Amino acid sequence: MSQQTGASPSDVRQFHPRARAAIENPKIRRNFRSAMDGLMSKRRNAFSGWDLEALRDLGAAIRQNALAQLPDLLEQLEAKLTENGVRVHWAEDGEQACRIVLDICQARKARSVIKGKSMVSEEMDLNHYLEARDIEALESDLGEYIVQLAHETPSHIIMPAIHKNTGEISELMHEKTGTERSDDVEYLTASARQQLREKFMAADVGISGVNFAVAQTGTLCLVENEGNGRMTTTVPPCHIAVTGIEKVVPTLEDVTALLALLTRSATGQHITTYVNMISGPRKTEELDGPEEVHLVLVDNGRSGIYQDDQLLDTLRCIRCGACMNHCPVYTRIGGHAYGTTYPGPIGKILMPHLLGLDETRHLPSASSLCGACGEVCPVKIPIPDLLVRLRQESVNGDQLHPARVRGHGSKRHAGEALAWKTWQWVHAHPAAYRMGTALASRFNRLQPGKLGAWTRFRTAPRLASKTLHQRLKERDS
Amino acid sequence: MSARDAILNRLRHRSGGELTAPARDFSVLERPQWSTGEKVRRFREAIEPVHGEVHQCPADNWIDCLAEILAQKGTRKLLVGNAGDPGDSLRQAQRGDLPELMIYDEPISSWQAHLFEEVDASLTSTRGGIAETGSLILWPTVAEPRLMSLVPPVHIALLRADQLYTTLHEAIREQDWSAGMPTNALLVSGPSKTADIEQTLAYGVHGPKELIVLILE
Ligand code: SF4
Repeated sequence: MSQQTGASPSDVRQFHPRARAAIENPKIRRNFRSAMDGLMSKRRNAFSGWDLEALRDLGAAIRQNALAQLPDLLEQLEAKLTENGVRVHWAEDGEQACRIVLDICQARKARSVIKGKSMVSEEMDLNHYLEARDIEALESDLGEYIVQLAHETPSHIIMPAIHKNTGEISELMHEKTGTERSDDVEYLTASARQQLREKFMAADVGISGVNFAVAQTGTLCLVENEGNGRMTTTVPPCHIAVTGIEKVVPTLEDVTALLALLTRSATGQHITTYVNMISGPRKTEELDGPEEVHLVLVDNGRSGIYQDDQLLDTLRCIRCGACMNHCPVYTRIGGHAYGTTYPGPIGKILMPHLLGLDETRHLPSASSLCGACGEVCPVKIPIPDLLVRLRQESVNGDQLHPARVRGHGSKRHAGEALAWKTWQWVHAHPAAYRMGTALASRFNRLQPGKLGAWTRFRTAPRLASKTLHQRLKERDS
Repeated sequence: MSARDAILNRLRHRSGGELTAPARDFSVLERPQWSTGEKVRRFREAIEPVHGEVHQCPADNWIDCLAEILAQKGTRKLLVGNAGDPGDSLRQAQRGDLPELMIYDEPISSWQAHLFEEVDASLTSTRGGIAETGSLILWPTVAEPRLMSLVPPVHIALLRADQLYTTLHEAIREQDWSAGMPTNALLVSGPSKTADIEQTLAYGVHGPKELIVLILE
């Protein structure tokens, strides 16, 4: 299986040093903190007047219902799209998906590709793949455009450039495109509009993601505010949409509810500026729109997740980003510390499947299990339970479930396992337990004062000189 | 085995066994039936905070409304569709107080640069609107192609008050979208915008900077 991601796997293992560096960087903390505070209150307001629990129940039921019929829906989608004139392709992994895109581009002798926002294409590392084969791939979402100019990866799935402030963006645009330095956001935006319009006109192929694919009508729904997604899917003569296989739903009615949840959860908007629904290429008598439309259905580990009753819930995700906006870890360390395509809580439960638990072993543990992510998730993914499950898999798991995730057990330490075995034995034998606690209290002065990472920011707790049992006995006598 | 068959095969022979589909209760999306007046009010309330400009005009006299708005904006070139309303009405009106009319009647490849660089504003019809979210429903056609509502810096749309639906859910049901979708269907809820630079809102990033809705009553 391919391991293409925005960051190389060796990077993913460096989670702790990156997290520490981010925590010590006041600018990153300020940027994320203020942005996430704003998003949290906007989300809250956007749902006022709604029966949010009932709506989330519906969202969860819609996604579960779709997943229950996934293979049928995919076949129905394929048949309907084909009937509408859209070519459907299937890819086992990121590498295959890149190859399919490349073949389409080469058949059209394409030199330049313009892209709308697509997290799956980040997952595929498509831009690098195309550029290595002499096809320019330019991001057109303003945030993605900025991140690409800086040769970085997105730090948030909805707001890719959230880690940068205006001054940095102005400097970057000045250096890379000659735009005059300015702290006027309107001016910077207008300059980008000008630069990108040229590119839209010249592009041979447009590549986009998909938010929802409707099986009944063969419709690809794209949600956005900027209009770059519409440009990407309308101006170039060929449009290629790439999506994970889990994005399909049976009907347009399903989309209405998911849409109500998605935009409000993501940015607190009642709806995005554009909801773009594509059901086919330009018909002969039509005057614009792409002549060719392709859909690439990407598996990349998803059908593996699908096998397990609990892990399956991961596939409900509609990529709203609410879990990161509300995550106390994400808001403090930002998206880059994770080193993965998808950061934050969703990244922690999804990336282990895409990269294996050996590479991502630190991610499921980078959580206080406070539960905020699970509480805001619009499709009620029990994220904390999944984190616990992945933690179990990373050290053991075989006793509770047959372990499923590649790289399971990679975090297992003989010493730790022995310690827990002993703990278990002691607690199952009262005499040993009493003797152990009595000894520990008596010799509490011998207890180490430093306990590794735990005492980096805390003092070590000291055992009381008498056990609770002893005290109670003394009091009662 | 092809990738398609391999993927479908894994999904069909799930090691966890068959999944059961839970029931979906859509009643949470239902809203009380608002009167037309209420729908207009709600539509405005939803679209104005996101910079949609709304004018309520008499249905038989909207051209006066339009002429006034365009004169104020100093529009010189207005793009209209190649058949049907509102383009036909404007052409037939033969008025001196309207900007030069450009007609979208050729395939985009033959005049793309002109469309991108010369048009000041476009005028399209709509297939109705959604009161709850302040959205316009557009199904671009041969007469009114897709790019009309996207490329010009100002997009003006006519919306008949009696075609306002309460929710998207209702619109899709009433207009029976599932019976057949056009190549492209759109919901437009304001001018193009971004908050990608430090969460600061800026309008007109790729699409129109201004969206003007004439509600015909
Ligand atoms: S896991 Fe839930 S909250 Fe997080 S991005 Fe996915 S749908 Fe949104």
